[in-house]
Amino acid sequence: MSPRVTTPGEDFVRGVWRENPVLVQLLGLCPALAVTNSVANALAMGLATFFVLMGSSVLVSSIKRLIPKEVRISAYILIIATFVTIADMVLAAVVPEIHKALGAFIALIVVNCMILGRQEAFASKQPVGRAALDAAGTGVGFIIAMVMIGGIREVLGNGTFLGAALFGSGFEPWIVMILPPGGFFTLGILLLLFAGWEERGGAERAERTWRVPVTRRVSDVGPVAAPGGER
Amino acid sequence: MTPADRTLELAASPHLKAPDSTPRIMWTVVATLIPVVVGAVWAFGPSAALVIGVAVAGAVGTERLLAGGPDPVRDGSAVITGLLLGLTLPAGVPLWMAALGGAVSIALGKWVFGGLGQNVFNPALVGRAFLQAAFPAAMTTWPLPTGAALPDGGSVAWAALRGPNLALPLMGGSVDAVTGATPLGLRKFEGVETPVADLFIGSIGGSVGETSALLILLGGGYLAFRGYLDWRIPVSVLLAVAVLSSALHALRPDTLPGAPFMLFSGGLMLGAVYMATDMVTSPVTRAGAWIYGAGIGALVVIIRYWGGLPEGVMYAILLMNAMVPFIDRATQPRVFGTSRRNRREREATT
Repeated sequence: MSPRVTTPGEDFVRGVWRENPVLVQLLGLCPALAVTNSVANALAMGLATFFVLMGSSVLVSSIKRLIPKEVRISAYILIIATFVTIADMVLAAVVPEIHKALGAFIALIVVNCMILGRQEAFASKQPVGRAALDAAGTGVGFIIAMVMIGGIREVLGNGTFLGAALFGSGFEPWIVMILPPGGFFTLGILLLLFAGWEERGGAERAERTWRVPVTRRVSDVGPVAAPGGER
Repeated sequence: MTPADRTLELAASPHLKAPDSTPRIMWTVVATLIPVVVGAVWAFGPSAALVIGVAVAGAVGTERLLAGGPDPVRDGSAVITGLLLGLTLPAGVPLWMAALGGAVSIALGKWVFGGLGQNVFNPALVGRAFLQAAFPAAMTTWPLPTGAALPDGGSVAWAALRGPNLALPLMGGSVDAVTGATPLGLRKFEGVETPVADLFIGSIGGSVGETSALLILLGGGYLAFRGYLDWRIPVSVLLAVAVLSSALHALRPDTLPGAPFMLFSGGLMLGAVYMATDMVTSPVTRAGAWIYGAGIGALVVIIRYWGGLPEGVMYAILLMNAMVPFIDRATQPRVFGTSRRNRREREATT
């Protein structure tokens, strides 16, 4: 295996744009479609997922030498489930209404491929610091995608943003946008726009603008590395 | 003879070509829709003209934006999409909804699939289905046509706007307008049947252009005569509706309306003649056209009789659009010099 040449900045930033879990990797689509009918729900889901991802990445990375290769997936799932349970209880205690609205989708964070994918592809092979940066980037990317979808759907479907009315009383809501088809429309159009932007070198330009030193395409390393490659 | 006269021309088949081209077909269809548009404007006044005009503008503008190239709208297909969409809207909808519908028709109905000839679903109906799902109230508020009697003893003036057409973008309307149920709604929810003569001529409530069966049949007849639409499709749609509704009406005459009412009410004529026959989204084979049309007719009857909505032409056509690839595959004709059996064998080996 070739040595990694990614910088800490890149560990973080690539999850935000170039490998955005929802808009590029198409992971975590289930919550992205199901609970984005309002910004509040989307944001709560994003934050809960961020917490679970960060917690499990750090824990997996710190105890990676203790986990036998043969049972690593079950070990990761157990770790993730632990953090999901914590997130579930915290949401129920702090924002009971949102907890009710999210319903089963909080428990379903356990099976979000995005989280398991980061453990398998990154946290289980990297030091704690880099695993945390990677989890933060991916989590922020997920939150951004959720809030984008949720924002479009709530503004058009309800005329509000985070519950605040935007258009006054005469607003005619686009009812379809808060129904399930609206989730598919919004996600599809966002994917279209994102792919078009990416094709024109958008992510690369953005990273250059933010002075993140990028040494090579992220797709050359990271997730593509085969799980058994280090044996 | 100079040597230049003796050049031998080589060309691949076909050697006999009709002068038809995509723009020519499209603009002919537009021309046959003009009487329908005039009828709509007569029935629903300036509102109809505005709604149709804005729907066309939305469709053409989106086409220009997405298609690129020097003059992407010259082939007329976006104009047809806009016209057909406009004709299926109630006259009272806010104009921004008509424009949005035109944009959705072209963007989500056509360009997402790759443009003209690539789309699975009739673009105008995709736009209408989107509007129906987004604004169910505005899309089912049916203004009365010119000359209809008002409760105060007068009648609807031609020049009166039929609803909140001029509402600001994203806003609903608060303009008072006299509305009423469509014949289908009356039949379904109140048990009142409209005389068939009124349905035929078009002095009834409903979408802008779906009211006059007569004008639609005239335009469709000309298109069928020119070969620009497959006559099998409207004939099989109407036949299926007539046969099924007659049979079911005979079984339960008190609750289910009969064939004449079913044929001339709602959007059936416009759908059967102008939307089901869209060349892109209808089957290529003759047998396929019969199956496709019969399927639409059967779905229309089922949705109108037992569905939650009074009208089902739009969903019937969209559902059968989705079946077209399968119908085409199942009705492929036998290639000359082969038998059905060795075709199956060939398919099994590949």
